[in-house]
Amino acid sequence: MDRIPILQMGEFLLVTIQVDMHDQLALALQDDLTSKIEKSGARGVLIDISALEMVDSFIGRLIANISGMSRILDAQTVLVGMQPAVAITLVELGLSLTGVKTALNVERGMHFLRAARADDRREAGGLSSEAAHGFTE
Amino acid sequence: MAQQSRTAAILTKHRDDLNAEWMKSLQAAVGGKDSRISESQLKEQTAQFTALLLAALQAGEAFNAKSSEWKAITHFLEEVSKSRVAQGFSSDETAMFIFSFKKPLFARLRQELGKDAEALAEETWAATDLLDRMGMLTVRAFQKTREDVINRQQMEMLELSTPVVKLWDGVLALPMIGTLDSARTQIVMESLLQRIVDTGSELAIIDITGVPTVDTLVAQHLLKTVTAIRLMGADCIISGVRPQIAQTIVHLGVDLQGVTTKATLADALSLALKRSGYVVSRPKV
Amino acid sequence: MALLSSDDLPLRNEHDIVMVRQAVRKMTQQLTFSLVDQTKMVTAASELARNTVVYGGGGILTWEIHSDGLRKGLRLTFKDEGPGIPNLDLAMTDGWTSGGGMGMGLSGAKRLVNEFEIDSAPGAGTRVTIVRWK
Repeated sequence: MDRIPILQMGEFLLVTIQVDMHDQLALALQDDLTSKIEKSGARGVLIDISALEMVDSFIGRLIANISGMSRILDAQTVLVGMQPAVAITLVELGLSLTGVKTALNVERGMHFLRAARADDRREAGGLSSEAAHGFTE
Repeated sequence: MAQQSRTAAILTKHRDDLNAEWMKSLQAAVGGKDSRISESQLKEQTAQFTALLLAALQAGEAFNAKSSEWKAITHFLEEVSKSRVAQGFSSDETAMFIFSFKKPLFARLRQELGKDAEALAEETWAATDLLDRMGMLTVRAFQKTREDVINRQQMEMLELSTPVVKLWDGVLALPMIGTLDSARTQIVMESLLQRIVDTGSELAIIDITGVPTVDTLVAQHLLKTVTAIRLMGADCIISGVRPQIAQTIVHLGVDLQGVTTKATLADALSLALKRSGYVVSRPKV
Repeated sequence: MALLSSDDLPLRNEHDIVMVRQAVRKMTQQLTFSLVDQTKMVTAASELARNTVVYGGGGILTWEIHSDGLRKGLRLTFKDEGPGIPNLDLAMTDGWTSGGGMGMGLSGAKRLVNEFEIDSAPGAGTRVTIVRWK
């Protein structure tokens, strides 16, 4: 089965969903992402859905799950590029995806992730977070 | 089928005369020249009609607006109706375009078939039936065009009455005026969301100064709009919230879910600029 | 009301759910629905198709294009011979936060369409019909 590719950009992971996913593919993405976050020590995940023309409750729940799980793994998730028709439909469906951070596009999403990272570093004080997570740039 | 070909025969033989007589009766109906349509255009339409009618009759099939033999003339009549709408004619005036062809045609039929009473009766009936159906077709096409115009105008009015304006880089404003109903809010919501995407604006100010009342339905619509905006990655400020509206919202128990509200558009703009990282300063003179 | 065309699509597995989405998208495009209305119908179809596959044990989607003289509409009927829904009223309430599968799909789908009808009882399978007009 084809899997949705996950790109690593520095300490962030980037996923671009461009196909109409069947359930198994979506679940595989969820698994792949969580395992990759753990393996790479990534601190941020950007999910680009600007090509998705439909998001139903299954995919919506999946995205909320990914967001929740990455938070537990100490990574921030941001969902970018939701199309207006999709947003309107999700609202009507009753899904508000609370807890999922969103941004208008990849640029804003990355900006947000970097800023969040910078905040983290400031909080961590003198401790090098890279070293703490065994992460190599 | 033999009957149709008699009218076809007459058309072939006397087409130019028929066209001329038809023009005369059309002009007589309006008492001379009609300022709404040029004489040359009218002449062209009469000529085209008789040409297409002849072609269709010669194909030999009974009149059926959907069949390929009659398609050309049906299409022609629809186009004529459309242009009549634009020229300001009424539906019956448009139908009269067809019906006034009867007089010259029947005169010719009488001339050619006068000796055979039965043939004349059959042919006259066939011709009148055919022309009546075409007349009905033009009326239907006229009405459809009128409806399309009205629909389009309604859409334009809706769009005009709620323009989305760019207040600053990254800040859009949507001044809502008048009563908010379901249909209107939908269209407005969609255009605002699209503008947010198109301009990459992260803040939208929805100003409801011009909205007289806010009931549960309106509040729900506003909330849906705000939720959609947030899902897309932007945020929203609602301005123009008068004390009465604030009261209504509280009484209705509507949860604005942390949406910032401001009394005036000015306050909202000030906040939007601040949030976007701008500082407005006035240098000392 | 005139039925202009109709056909069936199988709902056996998750790949069929994707096929249904694509078919509904195509049909609503041909009927020149607005983009938002297209998306609403496709999403509703996805929800109901999934219910049929996951909870109904598989079934059939029958699509129909109707005309009432003035406008055209798309009618979708999702049918299965599965266990049926024991408490329809409960299933139709917004069970979103309870994380329930079917409940939220039904009430959500209802809000996305113009007409919604459901027929279901334990042991009698389930039939859900949705219609969207242009």
